[in-house]
Amino acid sequence: MYDTSDIRKGLKIMIDGAPYTIVEFQFVKPGKGAAFTRTKMKNLLTGAVLERNLRSGDKLEPADVETKTMQYLYAEAEAFVFMDTTTYDQVGIPKATIGESADYMPENINVEVLFFNGRAVGVSLPNFIEQAIVETDPGFRGDTATGATKPAKISTGATINVPLFINVGDVIKIDTRTGQYLERLARA
Amino acid sequence: MVAAREVDEKLEARARILRAVRGWFEGQGFLEVDTPARVRSPGQEVHLDAVPSGDGHWLITSPEYHMKRLVAAGLPRIVQIAKCWRGNETGPHHRGEFTMVEWYRANAPLEALADDCEALLRAAAAAVGRDAAALGLAAPFARTTVRELCARHAGIDLAGDEDVAALQAKARAAGVAFGSATAWDDVFYQVFLDRIEPRLAEAGPTFVFDWPAPLGALARPKPGDPRVVERFELYAGGLELANAFGELTDPVEQRRRFEDESRTRSARGKQVYPIDEDLLAALPQMPPTAGIALGFDRLVMLVLGALDIGEVLAFGDERGA
Repeated sequence: MYDTSDIRKGLKIMIDGAPYTIVEFQFVKPGKGAAFTRTKMKNLLTGAVLERNLRSGDKLEPADVETKTMQYLYAEAEAFVFMDTTTYDQVGIPKATIGESADYMPENINVEVLFFNGRAVGVSLPNFIEQAIVETDPGFRGDTATGATKPAKISTGATINVPLFINVGDVIKIDTRTGQYLERLARA
Repeated sequence: MVAAREVDEKLEARARILRAVRGWFEGQGFLEVDTPARVRSPGQEVHLDAVPSGDGHWLITSPEYHMKRLVAAGLPRIVQIAKCWRGNETGPHHRGEFTMVEWYRANAPLEALADDCEALLRAAAAAVGRDAAALGLAAPFARTTVRELCARHAGIDLAGDEDVAALQAKARAAGVAFGSATAWDDVFYQVFLDRIEPRLAEAGPTFVFDWPAPLGALARPKPGDPRVVERFELYAGGLELANAFGELTDPVEQRRRFEDESRTRSARGKQVYPIDEDLLAALPQMPPTAGIALGFDRLVMLVLGALDIGEVLAFGDERGA
């Protein structure tokens, strides 16, 4: 068990049956009362943020969570298959668990897989990925700075809004947190 | 490392506010006193940890015991600007070493100290050319009670004399998670921190009167409603700025509270301090008195708009114990 003196950023604890990671904390103490740690934490399953005032001396249950670096191999009907990059063990994670992250998860990419009580419950992608365009309407020469965009498809099947000058085969940089086009890295 | 110029400005402002505070008390006919910093009986309160200073002595957590003895000895209006030390307290509003302004008015009601606070805060703002109205200090401060705040912000009907099981049931019904708390004050402060303090931080300066009897400390029961004590706290700008008591002068009741606190300290494995027999012996001579402690560093924070107490201290980045 932890207590409040163990609280630091990134500490993983159980609250009401769900695993949380500490995001922020500070010491507070009413003049005539016990010391508390005002804590902001994030639910590792849902991403929801919770604020709790934890009283000094309160016991905190450690969350059985670990992250492993794994390579995404291929998709099956109901699951994505990943390989542990150190042990080469393979594990299938239900598509529903991965959710919208799959849009920015091309094959062979390395991701951090979160395990809770031994079960894979989510992945976190690198903030940026590089992807070649597989499908888009032809561009228009000279129209490079007006801010106009068009849809373009990448290998995962996701559609990104890109500037008009981007062509099939161009390699672009994408922010996986927002799904936004950032820049062209190479021309076809 | 902070730029030297910035340090200069903050410390100069701090010095001007200190001068203004001294001047204000002098103008009100207060006698400035200087009581011992090393004592055999430091603050007994369960949640305070005194810092040891050798030879069976401790550094004061507050100058209150000695100052009450001076009031009992016949000094009707005294003030002290004292360094105090509290172990295991470091945070944005806390340092193990800090400066307290503590004053007493004999034969005055508790409300007189609230009036003092309003005038003192305005004087502090004026000392550094801050506009009292912009700081929200110009209009009379709001005055409310613990019961009213519990009802309004937590939906809890607080009596003050319910037992801890009843208080836990009220907190639970209000959706407050109080963990493993089994002490009355621990459950209460969970409600206070979760539901009330954030709302006080958004409000203008507010006096919170009539604290439940289990949080009485050195305050006397309120005439007409013994479920609460004569105590107020002043909150301003998200800071707990001051705590005031209608001072308890009944030595029998005071001894009972000290013994209670010693038992609780012992049960929780905390250091137990000798009961201050000199204070108990002096209480029967003490006239009805109102006394208050105001955090000077926090006063400077309020006036300058500082978010961390370290900003208003010389060497504030040395966080200490």
